[in-house]
Amino acid sequence: MKISTSAVLRLVALLVLVAFLVSPQSFAPLFAPLTQYGAPPIYDQGNLAVLTLAQLATVCVAAAASTLVAVSLGILVTRPAGKQFLPLSRTLVNIGQTFPPVAVLAVTVPLVGFGEKPTLIALFAYGLLPIFENTITGLKTCPPQVLEAAAGMGMSAGQRLRSVELPLAMPLILEGIRLSLVINVGTATIGSTVAAKGLGEVIIAGLLSNNTAFVLQGGLVTGLIAVLLYDALAALERRVCRSVQFD
Amino acid sequence: MITVENLTKRYGIATVVDAVSMAIPRNAISVIVGTSGSGKSTLLRMINRLVEPSSGRVLIDGADTRSEPAHLLRRRIGYVIQGHGLFPHRTVAENIATVPRLLGWEDARIRARVEELLQVFQLDPAKYADAFPHQLSGGQQQRVGVARALAAEPAVLLMDEPFGALDPIIRAKAQEDLLDIQRRFGTTIVLVTHDMDEAFRLGSHVAVMSVGKLLQFDRPAALLRHPADDFVARMTGASDRAMKLLSLMTAGEAALPGVCDGPTVAASASLRDVLSELLWSGRGAAMVMGEDGIARGHLTVAAILERARP
Repeated sequence: MKISTSAVLRLVALLVLVAFLVSPQSFAPLFAPLTQYGAPPIYDQGNLAVLTLAQLATVCVAAAASTLVAVSLGILVTRPAGKQFLPLSRTLVNIGQTFPPVAVLAVTVPLVGFGEKPTLIALFAYGLLPIFENTITGLKTCPPQVLEAAAGMGMSAGQRLRSVELPLAMPLILEGIRLSLVINVGTATIGSTVAAKGLGEVIIAGLLSNNTAFVLQGGLVTGLIAVLLYDALAALERRVCRSVQFD
Repeated sequence: MITVENLTKRYGIATVVDAVSMAIPRNAISVIVGTSGSGKSTLLRMINRLVEPSSGRVLIDGADTRSEPAHLLRRRIGYVIQGHGLFPHRTVAENIATVPRLLGWEDARIRARVEELLQVFQLDPAKYADAFPHQLSGGQQQRVGVARALAAEPAVLLMDEPFGALDPIIRAKAQEDLLDIQRRFGTTIVLVTHDMDEAFRLGSHVAVMSVGKLLQFDRPAALLRHPADDFVARMTGASDRAMKLLSLMTAGEAALPGVCDGPTVAASASLRDVLSELLWSGRGAAMVMGEDGIARGHLTVAAILERARP
């Protein structure tokens, strides 16, 4: 079996990431040159693996909520009955994207308090747009003859949606979810400013103590996760899309 | 029998189908011809209620099509469109099984039916059942489209320009196949086309439509001999109507008793083909031979020409 270079690179990246999270201290010599005045080279105020998992969990929960809302909304506004809600929905979703997540935190903390909740809300709002727009595009670009045939065969509106429209739109919907997830892996670090557990903690600690090694650790782990997640989801999409061929 | 009564469709101020009434005969192919914008597709789509009529009604075997929900009605009526509309994410077998699944047939019955239809349409089940539509040629996709429409053994089959996307050679084959299928299953077929030759080739009855109105609905020969108006005459092709008339009759029907010294033609060949053959070979007469190898008589050029008159 032929293994591509990029697959090898991804595997190496994954192994390095896992090794670093399991045993960060083994990487101390690598980061030591970045510290000054004998500061610790590896983040020592919390478990990096736990922080990483906490951040991933936050991102996944937010993405699940974004997906549920954005896909439902996308389905609604592409039905004849929901057409008139398209401009309104689009505006709301756009606001979610253009309102900076930091500002969302500032607004939501007084309402829901510190911790995971404001971060979840910010990420949820930020992640809606790509899923919403891709759902709409996916549903609207279903070949008209296929939809006509589905109706002509005697499928009800619900059956058409479930067994024709959604499967055909699935590649685009998955792409939207992937974009949303990857953007939010990075964005989630700001949650640490309002006491959500995550890798932002490491970056902020580094900035406060002028420790470049900490900043780099938080940034690198976040970046690696984003890249690996992107690739993994892209591979999943290809599996799903293999049977969805447009002609 | 499908009875269309005063069927009208208006979109705003535009009347697309204007008070059309016709009695479409059972177990035969009726073809609706017209230029684009004549309302022929809309008329067809009102039969299975993909378009709801503004007024008038459609009866199938005496029952009003509005007496049940539209999607249940459509499961009993086959529907084939131009460009086949196969589900790209489903295999050929799954595509064909669509309506039987909607009707809740048992798996074994569905499998048997899919296999039977693949055989009928000359698609090897072992090779094609699990193929995806994009892996098939245009002609094969079209055949799967028709197989899918026939899967639940509908008594009525509606076809909207089913062969429009095929090249001439494959189209001729598809038309032959359709005639075979119609004879085999006895389905009542209503087919829409803008191609008069196709209409004459397939239809036992042909309807001519123009700007929403049904101008004439009759047997092809009657359309040629007694066109209702100038438009019908032009549609049916005034310049070659004699040849068209000949193409509607077979050598077997026109054969005269007796023998002659000449080439042999098949009884199933059209008079037009026989005449062409005689002109080409420079002979004056031909022997007509049935498929069973028994002579049916003979045909002379003069006898054929006699048949080409109104």
